[in-house]
Amino acid sequence: MDRQDPVILLEHVGVNLGGTPILEDVSLSIGQGEFVVILGPNGAGKTTLIKLLLGLIKPSAGSVRVLEDAPRCGRREIGYVPQRRAIDVEMALCGRDLVGFGLDGHRWGIGIPSRKRKEKIDSALRKVDALDLADAPVGQLSGGEQQRILIAQALISDPCLLLLDEPLANLDLAHQQEVVALVNKVCRERGVTVLLVSHDINPLLEFTDQVIYMANNHTAIGTPDEVITSDALSLLYGSAVEVVHAKGRYFVVGAET
Amino acid sequence: MFELFQHEFVRNAFLAGSVVAIVSGMVGYFVVLRGQAFACEALSHIGFTGATAAALLGISALEGMFFFTMVAALGMGLLGKRLRNRDIEVGMILTFMLGLGVLFLSIITRNATTAVNILFGSILSVTPTDVIVTIGAGVITIILLVCLYRPLLFASFDPDVAETRGVPAQGLSVIFLLLLAISVSEAMKVVGVLLVFALLVVPAAAAEHLTHRPFSAMLMSVSISLISTLGGLVLAFIGHWPASFYIVSLTSLFYFASLGIRAIYYPRRYREPSHPSREVFPDVPKII
Amino acid sequence: MFAVFQYAFIQNAFLAGSLVAIMAGILGYFLVARGLTFAGHALSSIGFAGAAGAVLLGISPVYGLLVSTVGAALAISVLGREIRERDVAIGVIMTFALGLGILFLSLYRGYAEQAYSILFGTIVGISRIDVLVTAGLSLGILAILALVGRPLLFSSFDPVMAEARGLPVTFLGSLFLILVAVTVSIAMQVIGVLLVFALLVGPPATAIRLVHRPGSIIILSIGLGLVYTWLGILLAANSSWPVSFYITTLAFVVYLPVRLFSSHGKDGRNRLIRKPSSFFTPNFQEAVEEEKETNPAPSFPINEKHNV
Repeated sequence: MDRQDPVILLEHVGVNLGGTPILEDVSLSIGQGEFVVILGPNGAGKTTLIKLLLGLIKPSAGSVRVLEDAPRCGRREIGYVPQRRAIDVEMALCGRDLVGFGLDGHRWGIGIPSRKRKEKIDSALRKVDALDLADAPVGQLSGGEQQRILIAQALISDPCLLLLDEPLANLDLAHQQEVVALVNKVCRERGVTVLLVSHDINPLLEFTDQVIYMANNHTAIGTPDEVITSDALSLLYGSAVEVVHAKGRYFVVGAET
Repeated sequence: MFELFQHEFVRNAFLAGSVVAIVSGMVGYFVVLRGQAFACEALSHIGFTGATAAALLGISALEGMFFFTMVAALGMGLLGKRLRNRDIEVGMILTFMLGLGVLFLSIITRNATTAVNILFGSILSVTPTDVIVTIGAGVITIILLVCLYRPLLFASFDPDVAETRGVPAQGLSVIFLLLLAISVSEAMKVVGVLLVFALLVVPAAAAEHLTHRPFSAMLMSVSISLISTLGGLVLAFIGHWPASFYIVSLTSLFYFASLGIRAIYYPRRYREPSHPSREVFPDVPKII
Repeated sequence: MFAVFQYAFIQNAFLAGSLVAIMAGILGYFLVARGLTFAGHALSSIGFAGAAGAVLLGISPVYGLLVSTVGAALAISVLGREIRERDVAIGVIMTFALGLGILFLSLYRGYAEQAYSILFGTIVGISRIDVLVTAGLSLGILAILALVGRPLLFSSFDPVMAEARGLPVTFLGSLFLILVAVTVSIAMQVIGVLLVFALLVGPPATAIRLVHRPGSIIILSIGLGLVYTWLGILLAANSSWPVSFYITTLAFVVYLPVRLFSSHGKDGRNRLIRKPSSFFTPNFQEAVEEEKETNPAPSFPINEKHNV
């Protein structure tokens, strides 16, 4: 794949779910190695966009190209970390198993344990700094630790595109910073393109290349400084929105959708 | 004691019992993993109606159970998420089916043995045909489970990510429910309608307390199930009480023992919280 | 058809059945509102062991039921909320109790009628004394309900608020379970342990889709329960089929069309029915989570609260 070609290319894409238009005439292009954050209120279509890229949803209009190909399930080059949900405390699964899913969870049969497999898993865990969690039952780990393991699971197949849906939700500040630093490291050191859905831009601000802001059936794309301004957001929401940039952070004040 | 084995019915009981125990242990592991204990109860109720209807019609109870439970499993699989949190609706349907079964049972109680067999299990009077059917269905189930082990494990844990990796999570759901239907029907033969839970869920729940590796958990579940079944059979031959009672008591014993072992060997949490604001997870919502 | 009323045992059945229907209608409503419908199932299974054991010992099954169900309710209350997989533990105990019950039944070489009636209910086996006992217990339940009815209602729908107002939510939960246990015990006489769910949950589940104030729901639920029970006894008296089958079928046949054709709340979820929680007290946290899931309020993207 040529370095210049966009990793993700959407052209006039529309998505209808159950008769309701979720996305309308969205066009965007994301280059390799970019760190992109998707922002917007609930129900704006952020998860829909992710599912579109994964091939879980088909567009009703326009074309979607991911890594030069139409999106479909089962692509090893795409890593996915979904929205976290509560894990049963007693669940008989440890970190190693969880990461192993990313490696061969889709293959039939029982699988023969091999040293090579163990090494691959250990290496993936080491990269997210979670090797000591390998044998811990996942249900008893903290949110941040689980998140790291899930990221390792997504990374073990060596993807060039990483999609994360609300990875920072319900994490305290320290854990948020851990996860953000990790994702940024992956992005910069391995050249992985990162698409991250979040509620809050602030923890991600210093690493973000582009912002995709989705609200009110509209989408605004650009750098944080371009998109998160009073004018841009007012246009997007269709009502007065004020953005205050203070102390290196964004504070958005104004009307609801 | 080994003179017992000269009798064919004893050999049949042990043979069928072993197969059912292994199947229950394997399927039960996934039932607990997927939080589908309720589906288990549901299928056993429906199987009860199937068994009594079959008795009325004069066909083999096992066939009746297979048919009813597999149809129900298919329905449940296809309705999928829509059954979630529908305790009341599902409960009403189940109770109605149970009511039908009660009706059929009251009619066939002229033949008291059939009624007793259905309610209490009839492993000691299992016919050679039943043994063949049980082993056949059991072997098929085991083979399928072995082939589907990894994708099913993945899909059980995280259907979303599994789907993006190319695992057909929905389809596997339906297949699993069908396998569950088979094992529920077989378990009903051994311990009767009311105690299926004991054979399918309890050994797996106990195993979950003892280990955190999935494969070991499944092996342990199978072992507990096997020991309980075979031990129960032996006790039934020595003592005078129904085999199902012994089997169920043994599984319960294992379960409470596992609670004790876990309390001793594994501290409440694997590690102390590293950060004071660590969250506590709410209970996982059960799905069908 | 109505000639059967001349028989004393039918009169007894009607009396006991009416009392049961009334109690079940009231407590069943709370069961549904608190999302504890499977508690009825669990308690009746545990009660089964008690009933069978009582029969084995030669005493009336109702006493065995009372002891075992109330004991179970108390034990569960004592277990508290600490044990994480409490639901599985309860399932295990329930299954073991069923196993015990089956053992006792199998040991009981006496009159099969007794065993039959425990499982399936009966119209013939209820004596005057049983009616009096049932009446006494029902009065007791009513008296307690008169006292705690309102707090119980409050804590069922808004446990956090109730707790903040100083209501003993946990104690109310335990008390409630005990009342359910007693109701299940007296219901067994008429409908047997296997099908208690139909009388306990059927009428309220139907009523809840037709009317919307707790008072009206309870009255309708009682009314439905009485109709099912009376019709059921009448039909069973004139045929050879079990009364529990009739009651269950009636409950289901009325419930089905109501369920299919009644108006739903927003998102198809009826706001009056709590999402089923684990055994004990309504899990407010879970209900809040589900609210958030199904009703994504367009929240503001960058939440000022998180920033200093």
